[in-house]
Amino acid sequence: MSETVLATRGLRKNFGSLVVAGDINIELPRGARHALIGPNGAGKTTLINMLTGMLQPDAGQIMLEGADVTGLKPAARVHRGLVRTFQINTLFPRLCAIEAVTLAICEREGHARNWWRRLPVYRDAVDEAYAILASLQLGADCTRVTRELAYGQQRLLEISLALAAKPRVLLLDEPAAGVPRSESSALFQAIAGLPADITVFFIEHDMDIVFKFASRIIVLVGGRVLVEGAPSEIAADQRVREVYLGHGKHG
Amino acid sequence: MAAVLPPQAAPHEFLRARTRWHPLEIVFWLSTLLPFVVVPEYLQLASQIAIAALFAISLDLILGYAGIVSIGHAAYFGLGAYTAGILSKHGIGEPVVLLVLGAIVAGVVGYASSFIIARFRHLALIMITLGICLMFYEAANLAGWLTGGADGLQGIKIGPLAGTFKFDLYGKTAYSYSLIVLFLCFLLARRLTHSPFGLSLRGIRENAVRMPAIGAPSDAHIRKVYTIAAAIAGIAGAVLAQTTSTVSLEVLGFQRSADVLVMLIMGGAGKLYGGILGSIVYMVARDQFSGINPQYWYFWIGLMMVLVVMYLPNGLLGGLEKLTARWRRSPT
Amino acid sequence: MLGPIAGILFDGFAYGMLLFLLSVGLSVTLGMMNFINLAHASFGMLGGYVAVTLMQHFGWPFLATLPAAFVIAAAVSMVLERVMFRRMYRATDLDQTLLTIGVVFMSIAGAAYFWGTVQQPVAVPDYLSGAFVVAGVNIARYRLFLIVVALVIVAVLIAGLEWTRFGAQVRAAVDNQRMARGLGLDVDRAFSLTFALGSGLAGLGGALAIAMVGLDPGFAFAYLIYVLIVVSVGGLASIGGSFVAASLLGISDMAGKYYVPQLGSFLIYLVMVGILMWRPTGLFGKR
Repeated sequence: MSETVLATRGLRKNFGSLVVAGDINIELPRGARHALIGPNGAGKTTLINMLTGMLQPDAGQIMLEGADVTGLKPAARVHRGLVRTFQINTLFPRLCAIEAVTLAICEREGHARNWWRRLPVYRDAVDEAYAILASLQLGADCTRVTRELAYGQQRLLEISLALAAKPRVLLLDEPAAGVPRSESSALFQAIAGLPADITVFFIEHDMDIVFKFASRIIVLVGGRVLVEGAPSEIAADQRVREVYLGHGKHG
Repeated sequence: MAAVLPPQAAPHEFLRARTRWHPLEIVFWLSTLLPFVVVPEYLQLASQIAIAALFAISLDLILGYAGIVSIGHAAYFGLGAYTAGILSKHGIGEPVVLLVLGAIVAGVVGYASSFIIARFRHLALIMITLGICLMFYEAANLAGWLTGGADGLQGIKIGPLAGTFKFDLYGKTAYSYSLIVLFLCFLLARRLTHSPFGLSLRGIRENAVRMPAIGAPSDAHIRKVYTIAAAIAGIAGAVLAQTTSTVSLEVLGFQRSADVLVMLIMGGAGKLYGGILGSIVYMVARDQFSGINPQYWYFWIGLMMVLVVMYLPNGLLGGLEKLTARWRRSPT
Repeated sequence: MLGPIAGILFDGFAYGMLLFLLSVGLSVTLGMMNFINLAHASFGMLGGYVAVTLMQHFGWPFLATLPAAFVIAAAVSMVLERVMFRRMYRATDLDQTLLTIGVVFMSIAGAAYFWGTVQQPVAVPDYLSGAFVVAGVNIARYRLFLIVVALVIVAVLIAGLEWTRFGAQVRAAVDNQRMARGLGLDVDRAFSLTFALGSGLAGLGGALAIAMVGLDPGFAFAYLIYVLIVVSVGGLASIGGSFVAASLLGISDMAGKYYVPQLGSFLIYLVMVGILMWRPTGLFGKR
């Protein structure tokens, strides 16, 4: 087993009397391609929100590369390489794609504090932004305004923005949400092609995609980890079948 | 078409084109010299317009670019005006020195307030900007020994500009001075909006939730732009105090905050020239209708605000852009 | 010693009740739709002018003008809601602010046009004027009347919100608008009615205000600031919060003017900014 990059210890969160996270312990090794699945309301997005600092847990710790980041603000975690995408497009509607990704790179490199030099002076940042967009088939449309891009392209831009922060751990909250099945496979192909040392942890409802792209699966039910294992073990697990067949939904 | 360029060059060229000076911009700035020859009797008004435009630009930086709504921006304008006015009574006559001091005082207060401003959104933010401005208004009203209170500041003595040019009745010096200050501050604002920092401000305006998720320190950005905007507003106030030799409570009033909002929104926020265009239209209209009771004047201003919000979401400049875009498309 | 303090408490509380009537509607509508309506105090001003006009030109008795002020302010607000505000619910804070400031300007200019810029005189009936003394405290009859009216309205509002079907709809829409819509609730209609009701109460407040604070076209703006203070300090959609905030504001404003008149309104603004910094959602706000 390779070294653990991201881990949680006894993570808890309640909304009133509703337990959205009850003692969650997970470990993600470097280069992992782990999936997080579970029925609606299982607390998957809540977990991502806690990992990235958008929500403070009631108890427990979050360890990133051995350091406790539980008290850090979201932006500080991004600087340490913990980056997310959003289930619902959270983009910059009136920025062009190239501007949006360059913005993220400038923030990463600390250029964003400069208010005197012109943006095109930062050639390396623009080149890198273009390379990221091109790698996700957005190169030809990079000068178009975000809100005019097709929905599928916006989902790709969502990932481009995260990649621009040079993640070591990438948390993808239903990256293919709302994308037709025919396109979602291509999207995951791009995710699978990310550098091998990036740890990827993704939420997805489509079991075909999960079984195809995940090397390991964590099943979350009612804010607790029900079971964790390789895809074949999960497929054969009686409890997982009950949860899914019992609720009758996964997609 | 862009297809001629190799693909990597396209984004560079695209971004560079945005920062380049448009011929229309140069035409515009040259035409600001026209009042000297065409309407020399209106130079005082032209000077007032330049000051209003500068104030609108300072508001545009926080409202148009960073998306921070303020209905109390007159606080910094008034601070600059009172600083310049009061210090001129105590022997500092050189206009440029007073200008810098006005900018520093407004900037320092703006920096202190920015720690509050950066933490709030929505109604609380609107109330706090209004509350801070009202506090300064009341403070200036109460500190009559320093500000002259409701009677206004008496005995402002402004020396000649650079020791040579006196502020005359016809406003020749006044307009030259206001125009130069406006142009220099505009250059600064233009550089700022085309910088990576300017891009980050637009990011905050477009999506405040995403910014921390790409690692951006939004609060620090907001504090910085708020301070810069406050300093520029202070400069605008100081220029008003110097060119008119009067400072009254009105420089801190809600009316002034509302007026600059109207000018900026009417002209078009988030494009610098919108505030300038809005100031020209607003000030000229007010001058033309100055015969009517100011109470009624505000009926038309109110109606204009309603119509702009409902039918002209990007202001006059946005409307013009749309019109020219359509005109360009139709012949083909 | 006790006399002035009790007097200030009484007068301040009466003043606070006036502010409560003027602002409670905005508190609820803001909580429901998040619509920043800076023109709320203009409906109060409208109610005031309706009362004055009915008394002076049509010889109506004072008490009869109060329901008329309520009805006309509510009706006018309903029309504005239909043609203007309804289209702006999803607009940005800035657009809502600008639109409604525009309406404030128009209402101020309109009032000046029709009624002039002078203070409107109002004759309170004999049985409401004058004062009596209880335990050394001077009790003005009119202020007592104001307090009684406001307390009755508070009771009716709380009971209505708690026990009627309409009240349940309003509470559901405030709590979670999407959920309420999902359950098939006509949130737009509920909001429209709430908006009219709130503006009507402001109109009533405006009519009651004349005898205490006077009426001129500046009313729409001067009291807008007080209304906003009550709403932002009391918290959104909280009748109890508005009640407490309005009482505190009324009493502290009176006390300030009595003990430290040299500070004017400065103290009030300072306290408001301070409270908002401490609790951005107000003293009783949840969001």
